[in-house]
Amino acid sequence: MDYILEVSNLTKRYGGLIANSGISFGVKEHEILSVIGPNGAGKSTLFKQIASFVTPTEGEVRFRGERISGLSPHKVARLGVVRTFQETTIFKTMSVRDNIIIAHQLRARTGLAGFFFGTRTAREDEAAFARSADEIIDFLGLGHQRHEIASNLPHGHLRALGIAIGLATNPAVLLLDEPFAGMNHDETRRAVEIVRAVRARGVTILLVEHDMPAVMNISDRIVVLNFGQKIAEGTPKEIQENQNVIDAYLGVEDESIGM
Amino acid sequence: MTNATKLLLAAACVLFLLVGVPALIAATGRNDLYYTLTSVALLSIISGGVWLTFYIGRINIGQGAFALLGGYVSAVLVTAYGISFWLTLPVAGLVCALASVLIGLPILRLRGVYFAMVTLTLTEVMRLLALAVPITNGAKGIVSIPLPGGVSLFGLTLIPDFATLENPRLAFYLASVVLMVLCFGALYRLVHSRIGHICLSLQQNEELASSIGVNIASIRVLAYAISSFLGGLGGAMFAAISQSIYPSSFTVADSVNFMLNCFLGGLHYVLGPILGTFALYFGWDLLFQTGVYQLLIFSSALIVLMLVLPNGLLSLRLPRKKGA
Ligand SMILES: Nc1ncnc2c1ncn2[C@@H]1O[C@H](COP(=O)(O)OP(=O)(O)OP(=O)(O)O)[C@@H](O)[C@H]1O
Ligand SMILES: [Mg+2]
Repeated sequence: MDYILEVSNLTKRYGGLIANSGISFGVKEHEILSVIGPNGAGKSTLFKQIASFVTPTEGEVRFRGERISGLSPHKVARLGVVRTFQETTIFKTMSVRDNIIIAHQLRARTGLAGFFFGTRTAREDEAAFARSADEIIDFLGLGHQRHEIASNLPHGHLRALGIAIGLATNPAVLLLDEPFAGMNHDETRRAVEIVRAVRARGVTILLVEHDMPAVMNISDRIVVLNFGQKIAEGTPKEIQENQNVIDAYLGVEDESIGM
Repeated sequence: MTNATKLLLAAACVLFLLVGVPALIAATGRNDLYYTLTSVALLSIISGGVWLTFYIGRINIGQGAFALLGGYVSAVLVTAYGISFWLTLPVAGLVCALASVLIGLPILRLRGVYFAMVTLTLTEVMRLLALAVPITNGAKGIVSIPLPGGVSLFGLTLIPDFATLENPRLAFYLASVVLMVLCFGALYRLVHSRIGHICLSLQQNEELASSIGVNIASIRVLAYAISSFLGGLGGAMFAAISQSIYPSSFTVADSVNFMLNCFLGGLHYVLGPILGTFALYFGWDLLFQTGVYQLLIFSSALIVLMLVLPNGLLSLRLPRKKGA
């Protein structure tokens, strides 16, 4: 199989609570795969395990055939699997540009001592990070907020900044946890375009999202979780017609799944 | 301010400290001020370390432990092994850095009040160790430490033998100021390089920092080691000046003061600890006349200051930093 990321039999228990139970699926290179499910279904837990912020109780995650479960998060990020956060997680007191510049850490070609003494490589790195940050800022349409302190940004732009931080790490796989949450219709449409554009740059995208119309619109494939278990996997069309999925969502009478 | 003007200003300040202050003291005959100013310089080095741990988001109330350790390392090496003080100075710093790596690896996982509480006990642990370990001579401490000897290179005297000087106070003052300038120069460079941004990213959100590939565990340990290195340097200098060191030379109260110095000067500014130490030291002395009310007035003034100026004294002068 030509999966870039393989999740096999992933299980996470918190005491008696089973947040993830024997989840397996593969992610193909360059696809947008969404993970959906009712609140508390275990989506964020799944993402945290993939990015190695949480160690699985059982099972494992492989990236390009290499086991990444159990590595520390910064090592997994270095390999190219990077997560964004469900909450708007940013460096609050830094400017938008500094947020993105610092996120280039993985691309640094010199160690801390190099930056301390301001070696040539370090200065070249700094310049390259700044250029790349400006490029990402323009790409995500944050140009007007470039020098704004991050905590002053409106909600929609905070999400964009979260994605920008993820992008700056130059990931192979980017995990986006509810990137459209709290956005109005227009903001969501714009954000969907951004996610598409990110994929067009060659990034494989895993997405957790409650906004069903957006999910159905953007995803190549969808994995559905309920009570920690995978109950379905397939194209948006297959998922919309899947009886298990319909039952799960009717059961919580939460959202329509966009039919 | 451009970099050139900053550098010029810094050079002017250093010149004033090294030439202007001694000239003023000579003119006024206030020789006692040397000891006070030397203490401020050394205490601000020690506090500078605490400031750096604040910068990665850790409240460090244990710096007294490393000042004590540094003092003892230098004192033992000088008295028992006859090693030159100037060599023991960096060794004291390095021993403290090493000790802090061992201590830091487990405790730096803690955050907020938990880390603060653990560090609070460190000074007391170090005091008890100093009482118990044979080499430190228990409660009697190590006394009559010889003054620092000279250093010469190829027959050229770099540092004169302090015992032969007619005014060793001036020599200690100059040495302490030079050390302070070097330490804060290095801290300034650190904080204004990319490393400073990385430290700041830790302070603001460790999870996010590790998601962008920052090895948070090693950065934390590095910052703590540098912090303790500075504590050790300051402690060693103090032992040399007072020619003695006791288990009670640095107490929990000192550790708290090092932290207050940082608060007072401002946690956003590298030079904050210098100003904070200066203000706190002289403020405390000024209140001496008030007798039993000294501590009461002092504490109340501190509380008010922190409420009015949460970003420290330096926020008075410097405009709020805009992005970029
Ligand atoms: N650290 C933890 N300790 C204990 N239980 C946890 C922990 N993290 C998550 N859980 C539990 O695991 C279950 C799954 O949580 P998770 O956050 O993965 O759900 P989710 O699908 O992301 O939900 P939402 O849509 O609300 O974000 C929940 O019942 C949650 O309470
Ligand atoms: Mg979630």
